[in-house]
Amino acid sequence: MKDNPIMRLAVRWNIPFMAIFALYTQTHGELGPGGGFQSGVIMAAAFILYGLVFGGAEMRRVVPRWFTDLLGALGVLIYAGAGVYTMAMGYEFLDYAALMPGNPGGAEPWGMTIVEYGVGITVFGVMMTIFNEITEGTNPEDNEPTGESADTEYGN
Amino acid sequence: MELIRHNLPALIVVTPLVMGLLTSIIGRRGLGWWMAMGTTAAGLAMSVQLLVDVLSQGDRTLEYLMGNWPVPFGIGYSVDPLNATVLLIVSLLSAVITLYARKSVASEVPAGKLNFFYALWLFCITGLLGITITGDAFNLYVLLEISSLSTYTLVALGKDRNRRALTSAVNYLVLGSIGACFYLVGVAYLYMATGSLNIADIAERLQPIYASWGTDEPVYQKTVITGFAFMAVGLSLKLALFPLHGWLPNAYTYAPSSVSALLASTATKVGAYAFIRVIFTLVGVGFAFGRLHTDVALMVCSGAAILVGSWLAIRQTNVKKLLAYSSIAQIGYIALGFALANRDGITASVIHLFNHALTKGGMFLALGIVMYRVGGTRLSDLRGLGRKLPITMGAFTAGGLGLIGVPLTSGFISKWYLVSACLERGRYELAGVVLVGSVLALVYVWRVVETIYFGKREDEVTVREAPASMLVPTLILVGASIYFGVDSSFTTHIAGEAADFLLKVKP
Repeated sequence: MKDNPIMRLAVRWNIPFMAIFALYTQTHGELGPGGGFQSGVIMAAAFILYGLVFGGAEMRRVVPRWFTDLLGALGVLIYAGAGVYTMAMGYEFLDYAALMPGNPGGAEPWGMTIVEYGVGITVFGVMMTIFNEITEGTNPEDNEPTGESADTEYGN
Repeated sequence: MELIRHNLPALIVVTPLVMGLLTSIIGRRGLGWWMAMGTTAAGLAMSVQLLVDVLSQGDRTLEYLMGNWPVPFGIGYSVDPLNATVLLIVSLLSAVITLYARKSVASEVPAGKLNFFYALWLFCITGLLGITITGDAFNLYVLLEISSLSTYTLVALGKDRNRRALTSAVNYLVLGSIGACFYLVGVAYLYMATGSLNIADIAERLQPIYASWGTDEPVYQKTVITGFAFMAVGLSLKLALFPLHGWLPNAYTYAPSSVSALLASTATKVGAYAFIRVIFTLVGVGFAFGRLHTDVALMVCSGAAILVGSWLAIRQTNVKKLLAYSSIAQIGYIALGFALANRDGITASVIHLFNHALTKGGMFLALGIVMYRVGGTRLSDLRGLGRKLPITMGAFTAGGLGLIGVPLTSGFISKWYLVSACLERGRYELAGVVLVGSVLALVYVWRVVETIYFGKREDEVTVREAPASMLVPTLILVGASIYFGVDSSFTTHIAGEAADFLLKVKP
């Protein structure tokens, strides 16, 4: 597909907007519509679109596998870490009041923001891992990122 | 210390979760095992402390509010004598089996996947502990999925030894997901009727609904009955009660040895616990047994499980599969105990949860040693091993005696309580089934023991006794199962506490 100029242009133009929309969704998670799950999926969709057009191997050159695998675990660690922090401060597990003692109402959005970033990172990591698992090794083209024979039939 | 003690109900679930995530990142080479070992040892210490704390409370319960949200709105964890006991079973068994797992897993799982293996191992334990401790019906479903999804993967990791691990994992995946979905549908129906997800709160809100059924305008009658039916079938699938046991034999047989031991000794026990919790605390005995007569269905299923499970065990040639079918029969004993719904019956159920976990765990560990040293677990592989692996095979035989229920083994204590519970209810035929089940157990255990001690090996291979790191955990479990057969005061005490607790909350 990467030989089709229209496809390449459309994807190159779309990806930045998708990424920004993902961040927008992420930052509205704690008090409005949006949140980490949606944001992670949209962000992953941007990269997966790139992977669909330019090939899985090219996508893994941009975002290596070890990195997405790491993110999958890191996000949950942020989530659970927030809970462990509140416990260490003498509150219950995930009691956000610990973040701003004396102002639980003000602490609530902060707690949710941290947790939502955790969710977003994990969902992004896991979506990418799923895509990698499906594409890795199935497409002969993937093993040679510069090859240009396998997909010309789709391009023309 | 006070800080940790206050947060114990959350920490016991959060610790393995966080450590599992860390293991998946940094647990390469040998580190994964050390992290799993440290975590499960800490979990054992925490669950002992929780049991002590609960038994010292006047009302025998401990509550913990997640995020300090009050209970019907937030998730509440509640500990009582019943789930404190199950927590102890799960964390004790997982600690001992992790101690054993190091060499066994290294020989059966590819080295590059060890960090993921131990991460999944810890996630599985997270889920099992969470199901046990949570007081929220929906949270229970989430944790059920955490433990199940990691279990499917753990079973599939046996693929390098036998490709059938993959098909049995998929089979387990499909049936397990159906079970979990049914449970979730049941929760949804009850939510529709009561508007609550907290187990204690649902139980309270069901009371006026039950009261309305005797009048001219019954409310939510079909909803509640349908919801309970879905939950009962879903959980029966999870605990592998007789007609729904299809996933179990192959999953146990083709999983890596340590995984078989962990599953056999904890996963089905936690399923049984969840079922007990749903019947006795969530919907109440008066509804489940008094109105719907689920107890009759449970007695028929568990009686059939005892007879058919034992009968099928006799016909197996793979000893691991033999133990798997024997597990189906033993689950029958557990289900029969709580179906009788009297004090002795529930005591027998809880004692058998504990005793069977020790016995079957120990036997699977002994078989894991055979796998490690000989490379197979068919009857022909065990032939004449009595002289080559005297300690391992001695442990296996002692475990087998426990399955039969010979006096001075822990199996005898469970069966004693079970038979007396049957007689108290006037169910002489069920007492007969228990005794026939013991005779069938004698037959299948004897088949293996005969092969071990009197079989002749054609190939005179040199087999050395197992390494100490595998032998010690096996002996701990089998030794404990003998110990609790001789001095059963500890198990009968905590099981009695659990039974009293359950029957007191009976509506």
